[in-house]
Amino acid sequence: MRTVRAVAWKEIQIFFLSPTAYIVGMIFLALTGFFFSRDLGDPFPEATLSPFFQGAVIIFILLAPALTMRLIAEESKLGTIELLLTSPVRDWEVIIGKYLASLIFFLALVAMSGFYVILLFVYASPDPGPIYAGYLGLTLYGAAALSVGMLTSTLTSNQIVAAVVAMGILLALFFADLAFGAVGGLPGEIIGELGMKTHFDDFDRGVIDTRHIVYYLSVIAFFLFLSVRALESRRWR
Amino acid sequence: MQAPVPAPMIQASDVTHYYGPYPAIQEVNFSVRKGEVLGFLGPNGAGKTTTMRILTGFLPPSRGSVSLDGFDVVEKSLEVRRRVGYLPETVPLYTDMTVTNYLKYMGTLRGMPAARIRARLGEVIDVCRLGDYRKTQIGKLSKGFRQRVGIAQAIIHEPEVLVLDEPTIGIDPIQVVETRSLIQELGREQTVVLSSHILPEVSMICERVLIIHEGRIVAEDTPQNLAEGLQGLERLEVEVGGPSAQVLPALQQINGVISVTHRNNQGRHTYTIQAQPGRDLRDDISRAVIGNGWSLRGMQLMGMSLEEIFLRLTTQEDL
Repeated sequence: MRTVRAVAWKEIQIFFLSPTAYIVGMIFLALTGFFFSRDLGDPFPEATLSPFFQGAVIIFILLAPALTMRLIAEESKLGTIELLLTSPVRDWEVIIGKYLASLIFFLALVAMSGFYVILLFVYASPDPGPIYAGYLGLTLYGAAALSVGMLTSTLTSNQIVAAVVAMGILLALFFADLAFGAVGGLPGEIIGELGMKTHFDDFDRGVIDTRHIVYYLSVIAFFLFLSVRALESRRWR
Repeated sequence: MQAPVPAPMIQASDVTHYYGPYPAIQEVNFSVRKGEVLGFLGPNGAGKTTTMRILTGFLPPSRGSVSLDGFDVVEKSLEVRRRVGYLPETVPLYTDMTVTNYLKYMGTLRGMPAARIRARLGEVIDVCRLGDYRKTQIGKLSKGFRQRVGIAQAIIHEPEVLVLDEPTIGIDPIQVVETRSLIQELGREQTVVLSSHILPEVSMICERVLIIHEGRIVAEDTPQNLAEGLQGLERLEVEVGGPSAQVLPALQQINGVISVTHRNNQGRHTYTIQAQPGRDLRDDISRAVIGNGWSLRGMQLMGMSLEEIFLRLTTQEDL
């Protein structure tokens, strides 16, 4: 556990010291700010965070890979992975440590959007239910997106490739529910169920359904498991 | 020398490693005693780095097995990695960390308790003479200082075995000397395995040398024996004052001489004599020269340098 903490702590320091993370943070806040405030100009605006949540899930498709692309790919490129993997550290400790670091930075980003919540509560009386549920959903969604990025970063030493492939996978998962219409029957239904967006919408409506929580946790476990395997496979290639 | 032979620290048996279809090393066998300093000598691409990587558990051997302190590098990888300090050839470091933070991080990864890291940090920084650069970002250090940081991280957890891949490559001559003496110092207490393509370096630091060529070990001995085994007394050069037309046949007639070549260098007549292996002809030659009334102006054993031996060993196919 100490090694997980050491790996995570080192990555967190890099996150909070590197310009990339701040650029990602700035883009996130600027875009979600736009989504949040867009409908506020209406004559009778609704006191809701829904536009923010709907915008954030799209933005994360681009931002999550930008946060994770560095994590392992850079070590492969610089060769520091050789010292990491010849240290008495288990492969899962490396993956979990790095993943936790990206998750913590991500949560810090999400926490910044608390400003919008404060504004809503100061100027209106929004229904708190969908806000709690929405944040839970957003956290799970983001955590899943980061786990996808974690895997692609483990598979290559090229950060750009890692980011682009992760974006591809996330886009495919995001639009999976469209296949529900295109592919009929059971296959279509299965593909639809894999959609990351489908499972988010209930949270946005204020519904906390265990099925969706299990879905996101499964996605995270699946991609992190593959990441550990991919890291392990370096020893055999 | 002692009666009960202790188990070797490292034991490699029939180790072969393939990159795709190409063998990087083939049927490599060697063992390293506890406390020994062993050098791998070979040209670039001979398989030195592959061997180092297998020793440290970074690569598994395709065939064969390696054990370190009794632990198999594949089956008990974690135990092996706990006992090894490793400096890869490229000295990969996190350039955006400071020296102190980096060493602390590596110490933690090696499972050292925080108190011990604090205690060792000062020692390691002293040994590697990094005192003025504790708070410097590694990216801002010169190549030689990075090398020292690399060695510092390899020894911070006091590993039983130190594996150094080309530890003096790419640094300036003064730093090379410093690094060598540092390794010699470390070699007094630890088992050290290092690789190099520089002969004087290996003969200076190592107690035993393995010459590796095209993935196979072609020779193994102490640097002294390697040199003696091949240089011997068989080739010597004499300078004789006398008519070369008579000196040459006289020398050729000495029992044990295989060939004599004559060189006239501005009136100085030198003869290079190749004797039969194991024969010391110095007395016979001097008697022959003096007995004929000529003057013996000089005599020199033409021992081959390690460089020549290395070339000779590695250019012959069946050894």
